[in-house]
Amino acid sequence: MKRVQLVKLAHARSGDKGDASNIGLIALKPAYYPILREKVTSEAVKRHFTGICNGPVERYELPNLCALNFILHGALGGGGTISLRNDAQGKTMSTALLRMEIEIPDNEEL
Amino acid sequence: MKQKEQIRIASGQGYWGDLPQAPYWQASKGQIDYLVMDYLAEVTMSILQKQKSRDVKLGYAKDLLPVMEQVLPFVVEKNVKVITNGGGVNPQACRDAIFEIARRAGIKKLRIGVVYGDDIYGHIDDLLKSGHELRNLDTGAGLATVRDRLQSANVYFGAFPIAEALEKGAQVVLTGRATDTGLTLAPMIHDFGWAESDFDKLAAGIIAGHILECGGQSTGGNFLKDWKSVPDLANIGFPIAEAHADGTVYITKHEGTGGLVSVDTIKEQLLYEIGDPREYITPEVIADFTSIKLEQDGENRVRVCDVKGRPPTNSYKVSAAYSDGYYAIGTLTYGWPDALEKAQAADRIMRQRLSDLGYRYDEFHTEYLGYNSCHGPLSPTPAEINEVVLRVAVKGKDRDAVDAFGRQLVPLVLTGPPTVTGFGAGRPKPQEVVAYWPALISKTAVKPVVEVTDLG
Repeated sequence: MKRVQLVKLAHARSGDKGDASNIGLIALKPAYYPILREKVTSEAVKRHFTGICNGPVERYELPNLCALNFILHGALGGGGTISLRNDAQGKTMSTALLRMEIEIPDNEEL
Repeated sequence: MKQKEQIRIASGQGYWGDLPQAPYWQASKGQIDYLVMDYLAEVTMSILQKQKSRDVKLGYAKDLLPVMEQVLPFVVEKNVKVITNGGGVNPQACRDAIFEIARRAGIKKLRIGVVYGDDIYGHIDDLLKSGHELRNLDTGAGLATVRDRLQSANVYFGAFPIAEALEKGAQVVLTGRATDTGLTLAPMIHDFGWAESDFDKLAAGIIAGHILECGGQSTGGNFLKDWKSVPDLANIGFPIAEAHADGTVYITKHEGTGGLVSVDTIKEQLLYEIGDPREYITPEVIADFTSIKLEQDGENRVRVCDVKGRPPTNSYKVSAAYSDGYYAIGTLTYGWPDALEKAQAADRIMRQRLSDLGYRYDEFHTEYLGYNSCHGPLSPTPAEINEVVLRVAVKGKDRDAVDAFGRQLVPLVLTGPPTVTGFGAGRPKPQEVVAYWPALISKTAVKPVVEVTDLG
């Protein structure tokens, strides 16, 4: 197995819904979607965002777009208008997720 | 029943403060039938409500006026119709201001429609008394708990009232709080004669609205994949939905403009700010994002089809805003060497001084721009950094404490770690925290009002 950062497998966009951050994760190629689906679980995402996401993580599948949608509750320091963070609306949460590493078989071509 | 087969709906603004030249570009660089513009963010209404309380002629998006001045000739001469929620909490005053612009431009005939009834701030007590608790969707608390600090409360109406205004011949439709997606769906209902039970078609219109509602964000703006390959962002073409009566929609942009319309740019926008993709709830329909099919259909043209929808819920969404204390944010820049260590030391010194003075805060938040303000604890510690911006912020109910924070920041320049600059903006002042209160209300409790008026 080899470790690979999600930035090699996916692109993403993020936004806010109150104090929840939504991150859409889109496979760069259709062949990567099953890998994302298997490896990027809500538990793994919750672990990755330790110290940022204080609530549960929900995951939804959009196979038609080869994409997953994550809702990270309690991840924006209170939400868009009351958060003291520079990134109060979680606009850069997309690439924060792309920092995550997953394990894939050595023979998987990227 | 209308007989049109296809219409072109152009997005002109994705939010209040969006690219000011975009509406004129959309009206002038090619043929369109409708120009739709979103001006309202979640707490914009509280700002507008305050403006209206000071002057009964205010309370709408004033930035809309110079835009209307530019696009009215297209309304009158090219039959372009304008739909916008820029009416805010005073769409009637907005209408009068636009009529005034039309008069000055020598325009003789103009019909403007307004949609209101969404503003429930004025009769919130009646609603609470009659059992509408307006519970916060996140916390479950009733609105009564923040009643004394309430600044605005609005219901999100959808596309049908706007379609009614179009039906009555309005060339410009100004709404209060309306869903962003409804602005785009309304012309389809009007021109294609879609019924309230045409759920798949309504959902297709909603999806088109979701793609258009953030302006350039679907045409190459904020596009992450291959962002360097997006051509000519300086002249970005805002999205245009070419809608067909059967519910098929093509997303495109004007010829000769910059930016990019591809399956990937559309995918990124579709995933923006959604929850459960099978349940995108709007006043007209529940749209299923997992049904959408996307296909590239030539250069800068994407076909969106096969969208499925289900009957809507019995509720409207309510967006309220209330005052929740004060905050202040300040920054200082530290230079090499040891830039990060200096900034961290300055943060400690400042916290100690404020604590010694007896000030307490609900929240004291420190970030280092250039190091961790985007990704927080996920940011790898840099070996060496040329410079870093210390960004400190506090929040609390006590205005004096928040003010004292501002007075302690700039003195760090001469009483803290060395090589510090970037204090030109001076002392950060306390700002009011306006908190957002999302809730639901029964559709039977409120009714949209549609009114059309001719230039007199």
